[in-house]
Amino acid sequence: MNTRRGRDKSKGRGKVPGSGHGPGSGPVTGAGLQEARERWVHTGGVELCVAELGDPAQPTVILVHGYPDSKEVWSEVAGGLASRFHVVLYDVRGCGRSTAPKPLRGGFTLEKLTDDFLAVADAVSPGRPVHVVGHDWGSVQAWEFATVRRTEGRIASFTSMSGPSLDHFGHWIKKRLARPTPRRTAQLLNQGAKSWYVYMLHTPVLPELAWKGPLGKRWPAILRRMEKVPGGGYPTASLPTDAAHGAWLYRDNVRARLRRPRADAYAHCPVQLITPTGDMFLSQRLYDDLEQWAPQLVRRTLPAKHWVPRTRPDQLVSWITEFVTAKEEGDPAREIAASGPYADRFGGQLVLVTGAASGIGRATAFAFAEAGARIIAVDRDAEGAARTADMARLIGAPQAWGEAVDVSDEAAMEKLADKVDTEYGTVDVLVNNAGIGLSGSFMETSTEDWKKVLDVNLWGVIHGCRVFGKRMADRGQGGHIVNTASAAAFSPSRVLPAYSTSKAAVLMLSECLRAELAGQGIGVSAICPGFVNTGITSTARFAGVSADEEKRRQTEAARLYGRRNYPPEKVADATLRAVVRNQAVVPVTPEARGAHLMSRFTPRALRAIARIEPPR
Amino acid sequence: MASVTSATSAGAGEITAELAGFREVQRLAYACAEAVAGQLKPGVTERAAARMQREWLRERGVRDWFHLPFAWFGDRTAFVNFRIPLQFFPTNRELEPGMAFILDMAPVYKGFTADIGYSGCLGLNPVHDRLLADLEAHRELILREVRERRSLREIYEDVDRLMVRQGYANRHRAYPFGVIAHKIDRVRERRWSPTLFGFGTQSLKGLASDALHGHRDGWSPLWSPYTFSDHPPQPGLWAVEPHLGFRGTGAKFEEILVVTDSKDPQESAFWLDDDLPHVRRWQEEKAA
Repeated sequence: MNTRRGRDKSKGRGKVPGSGHGPGSGPVTGAGLQEARERWVHTGGVELCVAELGDPAQPTVILVHGYPDSKEVWSEVAGGLASRFHVVLYDVRGCGRSTAPKPLRGGFTLEKLTDDFLAVADAVSPGRPVHVVGHDWGSVQAWEFATVRRTEGRIASFTSMSGPSLDHFGHWIKKRLARPTPRRTAQLLNQGAKSWYVYMLHTPVLPELAWKGPLGKRWPAILRRMEKVPGGGYPTASLPTDAAHGAWLYRDNVRARLRRPRADAYAHCPVQLITPTGDMFLSQRLYDDLEQWAPQLVRRTLPAKHWVPRTRPDQLVSWITEFVTAKEEGDPAREIAASGPYADRFGGQLVLVTGAASGIGRATAFAFAEAGARIIAVDRDAEGAARTADMARLIGAPQAWGEAVDVSDEAAMEKLADKVDTEYGTVDVLVNNAGIGLSGSFMETSTEDWKKVLDVNLWGVIHGCRVFGKRMADRGQGGHIVNTASAAAFSPSRVLPAYSTSKAAVLMLSECLRAELAGQGIGVSAICPGFVNTGITSTARFAGVSADEEKRRQTEAARLYGRRNYPPEKVADATLRAVVRNQAVVPVTPEARGAHLMSRFTPRALRAIARIEPPR
Repeated sequence: MASVTSATSAGAGEITAELAGFREVQRLAYACAEAVAGQLKPGVTERAAARMQREWLRERGVRDWFHLPFAWFGDRTAFVNFRIPLQFFPTNRELEPGMAFILDMAPVYKGFTADIGYSGCLGLNPVHDRLLADLEAHRELILREVRERRSLREIYEDVDRLMVRQGYANRHRAYPFGVIAHKIDRVRERRWSPTLFGFGTQSLKGLASDALHGHRDGWSPLWSPYTFSDHPPQPGLWAVEPHLGFRGTGAKFEEILVVTDSKDPQESAFWLDDDLPHVRRWQEEKAA
């Protein structure tokens, strides 16, 4: 085949690792690859352009790019990983600055790509296994690396995104063709439609012409519009040739592998699978049977489109770091332990919950903790918030903090946001949950009462959305905002005018904000719980009655809610579900759902109910 | 019960033969729980654990029950998804490493009844450890408020509030009538002691007669969150069982609280025995 392995030669274009790059030289900062050390690896008749970042003494992470890309697709991710790891990127043969094989046909087989990988691995990390991360065709290749015999012992872990193994894909199709149940047929047709470009790429010459002509010119704009990929040095000028050469990746491998998939394509290293849920080209169902091929599989899902290295670099850096570190340390206690139903989605994410010292807020913090999220529990009650954080760590949160802040205090919220930004990172999920109760007719409700309830219930949400939502939007990597409204937001009543008004405002605020942030990948949900057994009843204010009477009514209300006994945990589950599904308005309890339906279809009946005066 | 209450109010710390009898059976039951807990290993089912308790006590002379032994493993310790009382009965759920378990039994020995609950876990379970540690505050709270002669319903609500503050769910609400405690008493020894749905008929008879008398006098042998418990503690022996739940893990203790009609607060109520596994555990933690 070819002579390769270890015959790298530094062409004097870049620095050789070890020369002046000790551990003391510090991490490479900045997102780009400008500071990367470059070297050339000669293998199988091609010259591969290899870039290195970070301290070579650290574990090596090799990033493999996809189609039609070059190693620059990783610039943000590589920059983020460089402070912890020895990051290596290379241009796949025929892409970027690496040379193309001659002839092109037959030069892009997975066997040859494996040779390239081994040559790079041997050059940058002789004698020590490397961690591989692949996106798109980089991942397709890396599945080959992770499943063939000759790389055994060279790969410590593999993180795959948006690129299935062609062998697994072949078996996936065969299985569905062999017993085409309606569901399986639908899955086949769905993926078949998503693979339209694969058929196009199999036509001769035309793809090359298109890429070198109009398509290559318009591609950056298409990426920006369809995939929301920000600019910033990507795609590079080499795009037309990358794409034209890369067409041979498909032509050389797809038909052969799908027709005769290998039966022994079992991964010999731990695999982390990151699945973007909005991928235009790959169905999530492709990975349904993956545990069969990769026994130590860790699943992650990400609400994003195909080009996650460009659109969600921070999340990738965090997951890759966590996975690689766990494998390096080999400490089973540090393995990813979160057990909740959405651990794949929220693992390692930063979640801030206000009103987290009790009730729905606390239950929500716990539910996110169970899914492996890092928790910031915010409440006026410092002790309660600290307790929530404490318990959150017990059930799966890798980190959790309690913060004593009054959400109605704008300056304090601003200060909190600054602190969170510098110490914990950007919030991925914000839950504006803090709220107080106020009962009493409109005429009996004083101005102070109004101010108090609006300050917490409405202004608290506004401040939260402003200070944290702004930072979330500025980061440009998506996120989610949950606002706790109430069933009272759409059911009028003569006893809760102020409370209902505040919650109706929160509901509308959420809907408007949802429209505004939709383009930036940030979802906004309003949760409308209904009667839930929480402490809100025993702290609620009853306007226009004596202190004794207020106490009595609080006790009565608490007992009533206790008899209803709808647990806040169920609201928390609904909250997580709402984030995962990006639901706009979520009525939770049956009465809330009933009221929601009535408000839409029989509003007059709801108005009639609103006139009923409840027994004292 | 009159003999117990008058005797204890007569002299400080004086333990009548009757109280000694109750204490003996409570110790026996806790010894059984510790012995069985020591034998639990991965793969043991709830049914097997319940049978082990039954056989251990039967060998030592227990012939009648307030209720037959229960065993709950894993998320069943927190009564997750319990809808009907039949779900309390032991199942074929197998114990796994790291799982929490609860053993709950109420033997009658020489005519004296005990009702105990023992929480443990197989190997490491930090959540369970925390739950068990946090139960101490409940033991103190209940005794303090019973001595203050608060209404049982109020005490129930205070326990509830403390649980919520701690971040836990109230799981004794799942028990029949949502009770945190119930009265227990002496039981006449018969040659034949049948059970009904796991409860000894003799004990049920005693409970029913208490309920009848209580109904006439405005009290109830069941300590619940409802209006029928809105009365000060009734003298007698109460098996108190606060049960905490936290996301699929539960923990409880259950032991006898003696309530007397003494005017002296110290003697008006006290725990029958302070030398019990969970109390010793708290003391050891404090010492450490």
